[in-house]
Amino acid sequence: MAEFKKIIHKRDLKWWDKMYIPQIILGLKITIAQMFRPKFTRQYPEERWNPPASFRGRPVLVEEKGVERCVACGLCARVCPALAIEVQGSETEYWKERYPVKFEINMLRCIFCGFCEEVCPEEAIVMSKDYELTFTIQEDAVFGKDKLLVPAEKLKDRLDFLRQNR
Amino acid sequence: MELLLIPAIKIAVVLIVMLTVVAYTVLLERKVAAAIQNRIGPNRVGWKGMLQPLADVLKLLTKEDIVPKQANRFIHDLAPMISIAVALTTFAVIPFGDHIVLFGRDIKLQIASVNIGILYILALTSLGVYGVTLSGWSSNSKYSLLGGLRSSAQLISYELSMGISVIGVIMLAGSLQLDKIVEAQAGWRWNIILQPIGFITFVVSAFAETNRLPFDLPEAEPELVGGYHTEYSGLKFGLFFLAEYANMLTGSAIITTLYLGGWQVPFVHDFGLSDFWVAIIQVAGFCSKVVLLILFFIIIRWTLPRFRYDQLMNLGWKWMLPLSILNLLLTGAAILLL
Repeated sequence: MAEFKKIIHKRDLKWWDKMYIPQIILGLKITIAQMFRPKFTRQYPEERWNPPASFRGRPVLVEEKGVERCVACGLCARVCPALAIEVQGSETEYWKERYPVKFEINMLRCIFCGFCEEVCPEEAIVMSKDYELTFTIQEDAVFGKDKLLVPAEKLKDRLDFLRQNR
Repeated sequence: MELLLIPAIKIAVVLIVMLTVVAYTVLLERKVAAAIQNRIGPNRVGWKGMLQPLADVLKLLTKEDIVPKQANRFIHDLAPMISIAVALTTFAVIPFGDHIVLFGRDIKLQIASVNIGILYILALTSLGVYGVTLSGWSSNSKYSLLGGLRSSAQLISYELSMGISVIGVIMLAGSLQLDKIVEAQAGWRWNIILQPIGFITFVVSAFAETNRLPFDLPEAEPELVGGYHTEYSGLKFGLFFLAEYANMLTGSAIITTLYLGGWQVPFVHDFGLSDFWVAIIQVAGFCSKVVLLILFFIIIRWTLPRFRYDQLMNLGWKWMLPLSILNLLLTGAAILLL
């Protein structure tokens, strides 16, 4: 058994420290100096934050030439730990043969883990930089294809990031 | 008629100025706190947040007034009234300027020149303890009760050193009247220079009396939720809030009067200005001293951590009281020998 020896360096206060007032003046110097340092506040609605490419915002479907990349394999719905994704696939005459008739993400359930993006074989669902999500009724929080589809050009940052790091 | 009208106008002016200053002290505190923590602070209401006090008042006025079921209703209502009444009436005896001649009348810039001015102040600040203690007791909540208990113990033990350090000032001025005390500090004979020990003990006691950090044990947020005003909401909470800041203002004014020469501005007579402008400069001098002291109160709050209860009592009884008695003895010896 290892022996634990607690070392406490206790310094007895000097007469000068017990006077309080010199130490109070030192403390005041620190706080007053802080008052004139630059501020960290971001004036939010006017001054927005541009997240880096690694940021995991709301998941979106990549749209290329007006069609989504998604082939409705349902892997994202399977892997989603929060059960937020619902996919219904159907056949189509495009080269990809299958497409999602219905693709819904419940943004109240989504935990922004990015598993859907990781598991997607077609790189069809990616995390965007969008972090401003507010709803006033629950129904609004279920995002259908109309809100999820985003053109690939707008997601260039994230797609490049995925290509480099996957 | 004139006997009543002039004091009435003076009271109205002082009350309005006081309430405005108190409201803006809250804003100043929030701004300074933000600056010290590298933030910006309230800046949405009005220009740079200048209308924030108004918004705060509106919020407090429109909030629901909740009284706990177990509370003693009458005393629960009475306590904030005592607090605010004491905080506001203390200002009545503080001289904020010398004479001024307006519309052919010689007006003394003090609401009431009471010949026991300091006793009046000490008596009223002691009454203020009732507001805090009664609110703590009547709320029937353990946090409030602890806050009330702490405040009564703290205020009573610091009142002693406060009173004794004031005696030094009284001995020098030879009067209890506040305007006489200010006149005795003419030129550079401010009491802060003549009695530095008394000044320190008085300022520390004033911090304890106004429940400001580092002595804000009665409301110690992390331990007591809100202290004595835990169970208060709406306008009654607003009154306590107002009383706290009004106490700060009055405390600063008393420190200014007793130790920083009141409305005395050194060398103001050397420039050959007319009496009217001298009076204005003196009032401005008084106001700026008070504002600087309020700023000092605020910066201290964000500099020092809260005292532990036993440390507070140690400091009060073993340091402040002997120091103030020492100050009293030194002043007496100086008066006797010089």
